[in-house]
Amino acid sequence: MAANAFENAAPPGAITHPPSSNEYLVDRGFRFLAVCGASLIILLVGYILWKIGGLALPAIYNYHLGFLTSTNWNVADQKFGILPEIWGTLYSSLLALLIGGFFGLTVAIFLTQDFLPLRVALVFRTIIDMLAAIPSVVFGLWGIFVVIPAIRPIANWLNETLGWVPFFSSSLSGPGLLPAALVLAIMVLPTIAAISQDALHLVPYRTKEAAYGMGTTRWEAILKVMVPTAAGGIASAMVLGFGRALGETMALAMLIGNSNQISLSLFAPAQTLASLLASHFPEAGQVEVQALMYAALVLLAITLVVNMMGTAILTITQRRISGRS
Amino acid sequence: MTEQAAIAPLTGLDSAPDLRRSWAERRALRSVTLTVGTWIAAVIASVPLFSVLYMLIVQGGSRLSLDLFTELPPAGFELGGGFGNAIVGTLVMVAIAAVISIPVGILAATYLAELSPESRLASGARFLAKVLTGFPSILAGVFVYAILVLAMGSYSAWAGGISLAVLMLPTVVLTAEEAMKTVPRRMKDAALGMGCTRTQMIWKIVLPTALPGILTGVMLGVARVAGESAPLLFTALFSNYWLTSLSEPTASLSILIYNFSSMPFDNQIELAWAASLVLVLLVLVFNIFSRILGRSRI
Amino acid sequence: MLATQPSVSRATAPAPPLPIAIDCDVSKIFYGDFLAVRDSRVSVPKGSITGFIGPSGCGKSTVLRSLNRMNDMVPGFRLEGHVHFLGQDVYDASVDPVVVRRYIGMVFQQPNPFSMSIFDNVAFGLRLNRYKGNLNEKVEHALHRAALWDEVKDKQKASGLSLSGGQQQRLCIARAIATDPSVLLMDEPCSALDPIATRRIEELMLELKDDYTIVLVTHNMQQATRVADLTAFFAVDISHGGRTGYLVELGETAQIFQAPREQLTKEYVRGEFS
Repeated sequence: MAANAFENAAPPGAITHPPSSNEYLVDRGFRFLAVCGASLIILLVGYILWKIGGLALPAIYNYHLGFLTSTNWNVADQKFGILPEIWGTLYSSLLALLIGGFFGLTVAIFLTQDFLPLRVALVFRTIIDMLAAIPSVVFGLWGIFVVIPAIRPIANWLNETLGWVPFFSSSLSGPGLLPAALVLAIMVLPTIAAISQDALHLVPYRTKEAAYGMGTTRWEAILKVMVPTAAGGIASAMVLGFGRALGETMALAMLIGNSNQISLSLFAPAQTLASLLASHFPEAGQVEVQALMYAALVLLAITLVVNMMGTAILTITQRRISGRS
Repeated sequence: MTEQAAIAPLTGLDSAPDLRRSWAERRALRSVTLTVGTWIAAVIASVPLFSVLYMLIVQGGSRLSLDLFTELPPAGFELGGGFGNAIVGTLVMVAIAAVISIPVGILAATYLAELSPESRLASGARFLAKVLTGFPSILAGVFVYAILVLAMGSYSAWAGGISLAVLMLPTVVLTAEEAMKTVPRRMKDAALGMGCTRTQMIWKIVLPTALPGILTGVMLGVARVAGESAPLLFTALFSNYWLTSLSEPTASLSILIYNFSSMPFDNQIELAWAASLVLVLLVLVFNIFSRILGRSRI
Repeated sequence: MLATQPSVSRATAPAPPLPIAIDCDVSKIFYGDFLAVRDSRVSVPKGSITGFIGPSGCGKSTVLRSLNRMNDMVPGFRLEGHVHFLGQDVYDASVDPVVVRRYIGMVFQQPNPFSMSIFDNVAFGLRLNRYKGNLNEKVEHALHRAALWDEVKDKQKASGLSLSGGQQQRLCIARAIATDPSVLLMDEPCSALDPIATRRIEELMLELKDDYTIVLVTHNMQQATRVADLTAFFAVDISHGGRTGYLVELGETAQIFQAPREQLTKEYVRGEFS
């Protein structure tokens, strides 16, 4: 082998020598393992889709697309439908996005547009990041014992005085859509704030200079220049926050009321796809499990699409900004 | 007067503009209002955290005692009790998740950062890893239920740990890749110039130099996963007894909190808060570790 | 005109030709479709310093890095020709570049010590080759030869990155020579250093010449006159619409600078272009 030729031609007693056959083996073996590792990620996603789909197949056969439009969930009659859950998922996540998005973006602006000295801003950022670290169940527990009692008086007052408004058309006895959406908003706020901050940081300094140089007030600069420039990143923050809200389970299961109904009322109990799975699965028999797997597949499809969109937007805007500056 | 006459023809204005601040200016008023509004919003955004911390410390703290670590969960009308088995269960399943996701994650990250960063396999894996970070945790539980629990015929700590590994893997891969990309190109050139094989360069230079960043990612992954509950509903379920085998249903802090939160007993609610405090402290400790590790770079 | 010149007495008989360490015969080097270098034949004698000089873009670094197959890292790289080292063509299909680099050491333009202790940096090559002898001795010896020992002998555990730029470069040299490679390639090793550090490294090169064959790329002509025994002058050929480097003239340094044969060489060493 050529390597031996080098070894033979080298001066005797040379310190260096070609790698041993062991080292070559290790090199090839490690590289193979690395390929396996990367492939595993792709295979994992595929396997997940395949397995959940497989379990859902009997239910798909039985209920077809009617599953998505039916509002029954009757184990005895074996009639299943997830329209209320789709409604609940979308309604709660949209509400969470509106509230969490608004506060998240505001916090991001607050932290990046020189409202605070840098040290203090860092402390504040850490506080917001700590919100992200709190587990979902703890938020659920807090929601039950703090949020619901806190908004119940206001909710019931709204129901009594403005009950004709569809949003206030029921009373809040315990769990319901609004407490769940509020807690959900708090849970997605850190995600939206963090990604929006990154997007605002990416705006080149010279853009900021140009705005101020033209005599804008601070807020004119922020709203007319900084935010629009960072719009791509902020959009992806919103989409990814929405995706997170869609998949959130425990806090919702504990706060949303697990009630199979569709209602515009903010105070009515509801159900999401994730909370349906969480609340029904432990006691489910085989037929119900199949229906639940179908629901899981629908949830998977929705979250995958939303997350892929959010990731794509993020990648494209990152590339565009770094290409520009 | 002469001043103004001198200025006027140059600027085309009738008189010199007043450059002083004025509250009457609508733009200024709007700006101040928005600023005040932003401050209020920022304060409102931080209230939940303080409220949660308050409840944890007051409600959970009032129940803190050694019993929590040594006793088993109480049944309905019982008083006292603790959640020692739940703590053990959480730690064990997080450990299983780490043992699985760390090697796989680092191997994948090596491929993405070093061996073939531009290839289609790398782009695909990177994209899917990012997508997986937003994967609903409950679906990880459903997935492992489908592949393991049904096959084994029982809920188990293994299944719980594997479902947590699925959730931890994307974080480990992406942060490890970022950490490896920060190793300067010239250091890698030096290693190759000395006749290192690619693997030797990775093991002797890239991984040791990127280690703080990798450990940060691992700690972050662990912190995220320790608090998970939805996947465990489908994989480990719960147990009221001490852990004797990894192949049977296993208790965990998060499921304990979930179960107890809906019980109409004060004792259980108090324990739920105490368990929440312990869980948050655990997650906090891992988070702090990750920040410390992130700062200690050579 | 020139600052210093090695003194060569023309009266004595010329010494017998030194054996050749590397015989580099490049007909073409491509990066993708771009022809970077053409027609460059350089025979590097053992135990001497061969300097590559020329304006930027003339291919001197490319040819240097082709000697130990470091250019393999660059996508689209292709070499037509031969580079003979230790009786083999380094570009033969059966040759593993990893093996070639074990026998040829390289020092880069930017000092690049590893993020580990000074001792571990120097010992790296020894450990890589599973050296069974006394590591401490070898490391100390290398640090002595690199003129770094006195400055670091009490802090060998300190990180290699904690040294100054000039010290880091000497550390990289110590690391490269610790394994006694037969050839040492140096790609503009002083360009990131201040004049004092540069001087030290030039003195170092002259000392190392006895035991190692050195090929040095430098953009500083005066450096070549100070240290190189042989000088190869490269230039850029723009006649075909591209920018292709090629070897103009190769000869003893004194001859290249005092009596260049080619017109282009004459103009370059006179400083008429750079």
